[in-house]
Amino acid sequence: MADATTHPGDAPLLVVEDLATHFAIDAGLVRAVDGVSFELYPGQTLGIVGESGSGKTVLARTIMRLNLGGNVRTSGSVRFSNQSLLDLPISDMTKIWGREIAMVFQDPMTSLNPVVKIGRQVTEHVRKHFGISKAEARNLAIELLQSVRIPEAEARFDSFPHELSGGMRQRVSIAIALACNPKLLFADEPTTALDVTVQHQILNLLGMQQQERDMAMVLVTHDLGVVAGRTDEIIVMYAGKIVEQATTSEIFHRTSHPYTEALLRSIPKIDQPSHTRLAAIAGRPPDLADSLEGCSFSPRCPYAQERCFEEEPELEALATDHLSACWYPVGTPENQEAWEKNLLAGRPSTLAIANGQIVDDVSVHLPSGTS
Amino acid sequence: MAGGGKAHLRPIEDVLISAQDVVVEFPASRGRVVKAVSGISLDVKEGETLGLVGESGCGKSTTAKALIQLPPPDSGTVHYKGEDLTQLDAESLRQARTDLQIIFQDPISSLNPRRRIGDVVAEPLKVWGPSDSASQVEKVNAMLEAVGINPDDTRDKRPHEFSGGQCQRISIARALVLNPQVIICDEPVSALDVSVQAQILNMLEDLKAEYGLTLVFIAHDLAVVKNISDRVAVMYLGKLCEVSGSDALYESPAHPYTELLLNSSPIPDPDVALSTDLVEQGDVPSPIDPPTGCRFHTRCAYVSDRCIDEEPQMQKISDDHYVACHHPLASVANSAGVSV
Repeated sequence: MADATTHPGDAPLLVVEDLATHFAIDAGLVRAVDGVSFELYPGQTLGIVGESGSGKTVLARTIMRLNLGGNVRTSGSVRFSNQSLLDLPISDMTKIWGREIAMVFQDPMTSLNPVVKIGRQVTEHVRKHFGISKAEARNLAIELLQSVRIPEAEARFDSFPHELSGGMRQRVSIAIALACNPKLLFADEPTTALDVTVQHQILNLLGMQQQERDMAMVLVTHDLGVVAGRTDEIIVMYAGKIVEQATTSEIFHRTSHPYTEALLRSIPKIDQPSHTRLAAIAGRPPDLADSLEGCSFSPRCPYAQERCFEEEPELEALATDHLSACWYPVGTPENQEAWEKNLLAGRPSTLAIANGQIVDDVSVHLPSGTS
Repeated sequence: MAGGGKAHLRPIEDVLISAQDVVVEFPASRGRVVKAVSGISLDVKEGETLGLVGESGCGKSTTAKALIQLPPPDSGTVHYKGEDLTQLDAESLRQARTDLQIIFQDPISSLNPRRRIGDVVAEPLKVWGPSDSASQVEKVNAMLEAVGINPDDTRDKRPHEFSGGQCQRISIARALVLNPQVIICDEPVSALDVSVQAQILNMLEDLKAEYGLTLVFIAHDLAVVKNISDRVAVMYLGKLCEVSGSDALYESPAHPYTELLLNSSPIPDPDVALSTDLVEQGDVPSPIDPPTGCRFHTRCAYVSDRCIDEEPQMQKISDDHYVACHHPLASVANSAGVSV
């Protein structure tokens, strides 16, 4: 894996600046992605983490230009190998899809065509991009199926997707994505539908292929356990915005944003004794069609103070390679003070974290004890 | 693995449910048979939470459903409070089932989208009483409150107006409304985000304490199962591998399959080294034609000739820790096996 902190001599492969994707619906404007910026270097692995509805999938699809439809409003810029992707006509995007940037989707049953044999699905875009013959394509497909560790690859060339297990189907999707040796691979929850054993194999396979091909990868997931140890850098998203961005080790060891901390604490861990009380996050993610004042996590945040409901914190550097958007970052004296104040005032979202209490209604904003 | 034997069963007087030699098979095309559950014996004490873990298709849901005769097993017995449920006539079974409830994996599809929440939760009461609507409403309100849902705001709403986590809590309220003894939880948190998963796990612990419930909890996530269970049974292809108190199982797994599951489990700590030796691992064999001997031998790192010929039986390796393996881990026998 590439070193996340220094990139000697390398130009970034992907530069995303102030990217926003809004959907106009009857109820208003849904701000699914709202001002996201990051860079990705060749060979690097980036994890994008967040709950359902945090905008992580829409972000990946916006960069790929897969959000079609009349109600989509996109702004900002995406530069990939010095091309501005958002300005390219779709006819030019077809030269980038598969060949330069490829994608593996969550559900391999719906992402593969059920009535087309696997071999043809693996080679379809190779033949289109490189114009190779049918026989060459067949050899290449078998090679690819072998490289993703599909047993009896030759026999599988003529199989249909329904003849394979979920894990094998996901391997086929990976073979399709790797076929043209892309420079960047988006893996959108590639293992969420799979068993733990298969998940482990697929993630190892992706990591191995990435190293062999020196490909950059964006791993989108809701599970912090999946990205630990497999990524160089992690972006945590909440309500369409980046709330924390840092190297993987920083995110886990010097967690700064209360949302990241809450996510980490709500995961049951194998080394905890059984019946350990879990920290629950109060409430639900906000409705992205409502315009929110202040920090979007504030109603659910155990540390929120008056300022959090009024002023939105900017993404600021705490250290080199560690950005966080919070007025009371975890680990600071101000944060400790806020926690004690809220605990004393009996703020529901603070109690949810402290005792694992279940709190749906987070509309009561201010701790009663604040001046 | 994947053995027979009943060494792990406790005296029948001490347990609430005891299943012995349960076999469930389903017909497949061309006269073949899917051997979903092949002779499983399990028991659950009153107030205990039994966790059932294994990969998709290992028969964990089928086993749990066989406990409540949904469908009844093809052979074997299921004793609940000393009565054999498999021998009951339809009416007695119907009555016994009020004690045995189930919640399902997908909270949204397990609630009828056209019905109001109040009616969904009141449905069991319409069958079993009380028949006057005032006491029904009272009971429904109490149950919705018990799962942290405000009854006055929700009784007249329909399932689509709720999030996945709230729908799962409504299903739990529906399961609780008849004051059951046992609740089968069939992957109740697999479809939920981690933050919501934590809520449901905490809530099940609270409800268990409050109502004196006995739980059978199915999941494929080992950390989730450990968090909620007192005792864990690991299943593979319709057979049991290992049964143990949950802390002991995770501290010293004895079955190679348990070890494989533990090594595959994602750990939210970047400093824990990931095992990389699993890339070549094959798929689970088909339950239509399961392997001979120990059913796990095709994927096992410690396989020997004996494993191919002879099915291992459950044996005790320490207090309340049982394993069905010819070469249990951390034993002398194992070091003779082909190690990785």
